[in-house]
Amino acid sequence: MRKANDMGKQHEILHMPHEQIEQIQLEGLKKTVVNVYENVPFYKNLFDEAGFDPYAVQTLADLQKAPFTTKQDLRDNYPYSMFAVPMKDVREIHMSSGTTGIATVGGYTEHDIDIWSDCFARGIEYADGGEDDICHVCYGYGLFTGGLGAHYGCMKAGCTTIPMSAGNTERQIRILREMGSTILCCTPSYAMHIADTAISMGIDPAKEFHLRAGIHGAEAFSDHFRAELERKLNYKVLDVYGLTETMGPGVAIECMEQTGLHLAEDHFIAEIIDPATGEVLPDGEWGELVITTTDREATPVIRYRTRDITRIIPGECACGRTHRRIDRLHGRTDDMLIIRGVNVFPSQIEDVMKTFPQVSSWYQIELTRQGALDAVTLKVEPEQGFDFDEISAITAVQKQIQDKLKSALSIGIKVKIVEPMSIPRSEGKAKRVIDNRF
Amino acid sequence: MIQQITVFLENKSGRLSSLCAALGEAGIDMQALTIADTADYGVVRIICAEPERAAEVLRAADYRVNITRVTAIAVDNQPGGLAKLLAKLDDMNVNIEYGYCFSYKGEKAIDVLKIRDADVAEVAIKAAGYKLLDPADL
Repeated sequence: MRKANDMGKQHEILHMPHEQIEQIQLEGLKKTVVNVYENVPFYKNLFDEAGFDPYAVQTLADLQKAPFTTKQDLRDNYPYSMFAVPMKDVREIHMSSGTTGIATVGGYTEHDIDIWSDCFARGIEYADGGEDDICHVCYGYGLFTGGLGAHYGCMKAGCTTIPMSAGNTERQIRILREMGSTILCCTPSYAMHIADTAISMGIDPAKEFHLRAGIHGAEAFSDHFRAELERKLNYKVLDVYGLTETMGPGVAIECMEQTGLHLAEDHFIAEIIDPATGEVLPDGEWGELVITTTDREATPVIRYRTRDITRIIPGECACGRTHRRIDRLHGRTDDMLIIRGVNVFPSQIEDVMKTFPQVSSWYQIELTRQGALDAVTLKVEPEQGFDFDEISAITAVQKQIQDKLKSALSIGIKVKIVEPMSIPRSEGKAKRVIDNRF
Repeated sequence: MIQQITVFLENKSGRLSSLCAALGEAGIDMQALTIADTADYGVVRIICAEPERAAEVLRAADYRVNITRVTAIAVDNQPGGLAKLLAKLDDMNVNIEYGYCFSYKGEKAIDVLKIRDADVAEVAIKAAGYKLLDPADL
């Protein structure tokens, strides 16, 4: 449990001058590159082939000489070839939710679990939380890092933790009402599903739940989606980022300023690269996030390509904490769709949709092949307040959305208004794109 | 003044019968139902005895429901009955969005019209000697 002197130590770390953080990063980097070179054959080969000398690292900039690690590398080394410690030291295993092919495995020593707990616990501290909070954890518990990561973090922060896992939404709602949960930890789409189900049961979660904050992640969600959650559940939403390959949730978490997610820079070095060339980009520019762990023991990674698109937000956060922030995610390099030769991110479509109050936040994009060309249909649901009594009102909104999309994306997307609740809801990550072209 | 309920339905088999079953199970008696259809969806317009309760029942079942005000006017049940009314409305510059009409053996036929600026129009229609129907009359 977190004790008084731990609180002081956390505070000191979170407000440390950045030069000191960089010192910690450099120490950790030097140890880690040597550790993986000596203990993980994959890394010995990788470094040798790239001509990278782990013993010659003197500055943080030397990291740029190191080769990247990709998801495929982790898959190729399934199950245990990326492990830098003997199995007897591995306390826990998690695996990523691989959509195609082999999942990737992450291992945790006692120390790794400690770091993970500390990192997620920062989210509770950012939410001004602690031992007086009741944390309602309904990320899935199991191989997925969401449930246990949040659980360890909430415990470390001294909260009362209710391990709900995902599912049985009516019971979630009963407990949120009756047990006084104050902080909700789950995916943003599940939070919305809980809110909407409560509302359809005649319950007003804004009044009848006791939430003051939510720590939501595992999938990207727009500012519009966040605003709707905050309105329906009457709480503040903090975005949390993480991935199994580098630890799990807690690599970066938003503070109450909601102007970016603070990286845990004492445990991770973040770089932003141009996904096409691998070139490191300056702070402020959007690109692919690359993570290097500096004190992870069981499965350390060097320059892991996350395929997530974000940027380092330049400048200092108003909250006073000195760890730099990444921006809310803009999609993934592999979320990107190529439609009739044009790069399209689902987030671009969301940005257009959020300007139309007549349709709700749930949507789905369906891609089909019509002859030689790609056809895209965007399915949207009418919102409760939308006056659709006249057909002309419906076609007008459809056309307005179509026109705005054409102007934003340069391709024509057919908009189809479908019945509410006909787009599948999710308890985990929402499936926004159905690609039936191939 | 009549409260018509409008329901958005996908143009998929079974949707209309589900909708009517939902109303039937809730004991809601429908007096009129008409559908404006497109390739993808239909807008179902219903006049029933308890529009507010019907809307509640349907919203609880996740249908999208609007309550729209429409005007029900009694006209003589004979050739030209509707034409006369419409001519009068044209004279008065009353804007009609849509309508549906029905007669059944009696002296009067019922014309349901959605009219823009209904407040003003209804005063004028009454002044021209037409009877406006209330929910109780249907």
